[in-house]
Amino acid sequence: MANKRIDEPTGVETVGHEWDGIEELNNPLPRWWIITWVLCIVFSIGYMVVYPAWPMLNKATEGVWGWTSRGQLAQETKVAEGARASTLAALAATPIEQIPNDPKLLNAAISGGKAAFRVNCVQCHGSGAAGSIGYPNLNDDDWLWGGNVKDIELTLLHGIRQPGNDQTRTSLMPNFGQDGILTAAQINDVAGHVLSLSGKAPANAGGAAAFAANCAVCHGTDGKGLRQFGAPNLADAIWLYGGKKEQVTASVYKAHAGVMPAWGGKLDAVTIKMLAVYVHSLGGGEDFSEAPTTPAVADNGNAKP
Amino acid sequence: MQSPETAPSHLDLYEKRKAVFPKAVDGRFRRFKWLVMVVTLAIYYGTPWLRWDRGPYAPDQAVLLDLGNRRFFMFGIEIWPHEFYFVAGLLIMAGIGLFLVTSAVGRAWCGYSCPQTVWTDLFQHVDRFIDGDRNAQLRLEAAPWGPQKIFKRGLKWTIYLVISFWTGGAWIMYFADAPTLTRDFWAGDAAMVAYGTVAVLTVMTFLLGGFLREQVCVYMCPWPRIQTAMLDEKSLIVTYKDWRGEPRGSVKKAEKNPGGVGDCIDCNQCVNVCPTGYDIRNGQDIQCITCALCIDACDTVMQQIGRPRGLIDYATLEDCEIERAGGAPKPVMKALFHTRTLVYLGVWGAIGVALLFALGVRSQIDVSVQKDRNPPFMLMSDGEIRNAYTLKLRNMQARPRPMQVTLEGLPGAVMWTDDMAREKASRIIRVTAAPDQVKALRVYVVAPDDTTPQSFTFTLLATDAEGGGDSSEVRFDAPEE
Repeated sequence: MANKRIDEPTGVETVGHEWDGIEELNNPLPRWWIITWVLCIVFSIGYMVVYPAWPMLNKATEGVWGWTSRGQLAQETKVAEGARASTLAALAATPIEQIPNDPKLLNAAISGGKAAFRVNCVQCHGSGAAGSIGYPNLNDDDWLWGGNVKDIELTLLHGIRQPGNDQTRTSLMPNFGQDGILTAAQINDVAGHVLSLSGKAPANAGGAAAFAANCAVCHGTDGKGLRQFGAPNLADAIWLYGGKKEQVTASVYKAHAGVMPAWGGKLDAVTIKMLAVYVHSLGGGEDFSEAPTTPAVADNGNAKP
Repeated sequence: MQSPETAPSHLDLYEKRKAVFPKAVDGRFRRFKWLVMVVTLAIYYGTPWLRWDRGPYAPDQAVLLDLGNRRFFMFGIEIWPHEFYFVAGLLIMAGIGLFLVTSAVGRAWCGYSCPQTVWTDLFQHVDRFIDGDRNAQLRLEAAPWGPQKIFKRGLKWTIYLVISFWTGGAWIMYFADAPTLTRDFWAGDAAMVAYGTVAVLTVMTFLLGGFLREQVCVYMCPWPRIQTAMLDEKSLIVTYKDWRGEPRGSVKKAEKNPGGVGDCIDCNQCVNVCPTGYDIRNGQDIQCITCALCIDACDTVMQQIGRPRGLIDYATLEDCEIERAGGAPKPVMKALFHTRTLVYLGVWGAIGVALLFALGVRSQIDVSVQKDRNPPFMLMSDGEIRNAYTLKLRNMQARPRPMQVTLEGLPGAVMWTDDMAREKASRIIRVTAAPDQVKALRVYVVAPDDTTPQSFTFTLLATDAEGGGDSSEVRFDAPEE
């Protein structure tokens, strides 16, 4: 630069530029700053060699260390799986009814079950396991096939009404209307009688007689159901297919026979165990001591004190 | 004022450090600096070793930042994460305290209590202990490398390293039980983060205190820049009274020409003792950390040549103008308390009082409730309506406490927990909250089938002699018909 000169008041050389009479002093940077700057450049060169850095036409350069975000994820997943291995092994080794004795194991099973539930079960039972018409609510104290943790596990393993699975939960309610077993008037009376069991309709003698002849075999003379057949309790407040007169009538006319997959072939044994523990923990799970020999006792056992 | 230095004929791309070899000095400010140094270092190194009995359920270290368990202990005070506003309040007080100090006495923080100043001072004492005072240090610096220089440098840097290691080691003691951590540290059982922290702090202390020194203040630290904005004409700063000192001249010159020269005899003692190597006679500058050692040096010289002390002295710019015009300066107390310092003091004190008040009335027992929203409510088979809640019972005391949770409102409702059978449901649940912990309870509340959506209250009561409690209002969901 041509106009370099020593600035009088400061004694510092200028860089030689001049803008409307304003000049710039050439104040040097400290040595440590320069060294840090050079080190950063050296570091960045090394970084570009070992890590992916230069964008090319199809993909970036790979870097000599071969690092990828996918590879890192795979490695971290492997580490996480390794960390879970001992818990999963302990769960596999513990009989399901003894899991509640170990709070740590119980918490692990509930967390694992919750995660598996969100993937496999929410499609029908809902994210809060509250179910909907046709899909049971798993939070409540009403169980078609039994509510202790072993019963739940069995239901999970073999499903409900799965053809070809000889341990599957199965039962068959006749299509009383569609197959002409009962007349329309009789069905109407039976539906009225069923609703009267929980006080939602007045008692009627015709319905009671038809119920005793056709329904009591499975649902019991008092209508409180039988778990051996998965026959629902008709005297309580919970209705899987709706508790209005027309909904009950429709169920008698043509039975629903809902199904659930047998998860035994789809999920591993530990996951099913964790799912059973999770569902049991939702607030309606039954203890073995409470486990009913007959459904009627179960309902009394769950009644309010 | 000095004439500008002649410009160097050759300019480098970087500024080479001009090493500073401050001379030892004695005087009132130096003694005050000794005192501050001893007190601050004693606090830093010693605090973690103080014990404080909190009973069998809490650590007995007086000051402990227990990050793992998220508890801050400070003597009789225990802070939980949700009370972090106390820490935030203390930080705000620290900030306003710095404004206050700066407004009153300038960069007193920089000059006396900044860790960079204290450790630099400590390392400079090590220099004097090993190498001797300024002149001996200068000679050794200029001397070629030989057995003696290698020995002295090696010894000095070893002492630096020991001090640095001790400094780094003391830091981690604040985060774990000090005696246990010390034993674990030497046995190789401490956490990696402990070794890493000690290593980083050792290296940083070694470099910042041993070698970078005044460059930290001049180039790296933002605080001097902030302070230049906070000083005003009422702030006490270290000042060279040029109207009294100029023109400079030796004692002989003054004898020959009475009245022709000022009090400054240009002995350069003020520059020689300066830890940042600054010449205060050039005026206030970022390089001056106001440690006042030049005042001590100049006072000593003035006493030797029989002139009044205070050629370099703490003074406000306002007073300088008065003195320059021949008036008498304001007394120091008046200089300290002017409007700005009083406002800062008021704000500072108000925050402090508010914090103390909040600390006094804070609750050590607390219930918070989270309601299950999915599903919001459920029908039981007997027609009753169930809602589920997660209750968090917080016991901030270092002892187990019996507590009871009661339902208020919601007629006919009862509740039970995961740990009990529904048959035992009632309107009261009794639990024991573990010391210094939060107990989580999952509670199911059932209400009769005709219950409508409404609010009710969970009331928590400690049932020991001390008592106390808390309540939380929550919603009960039910079918809307």
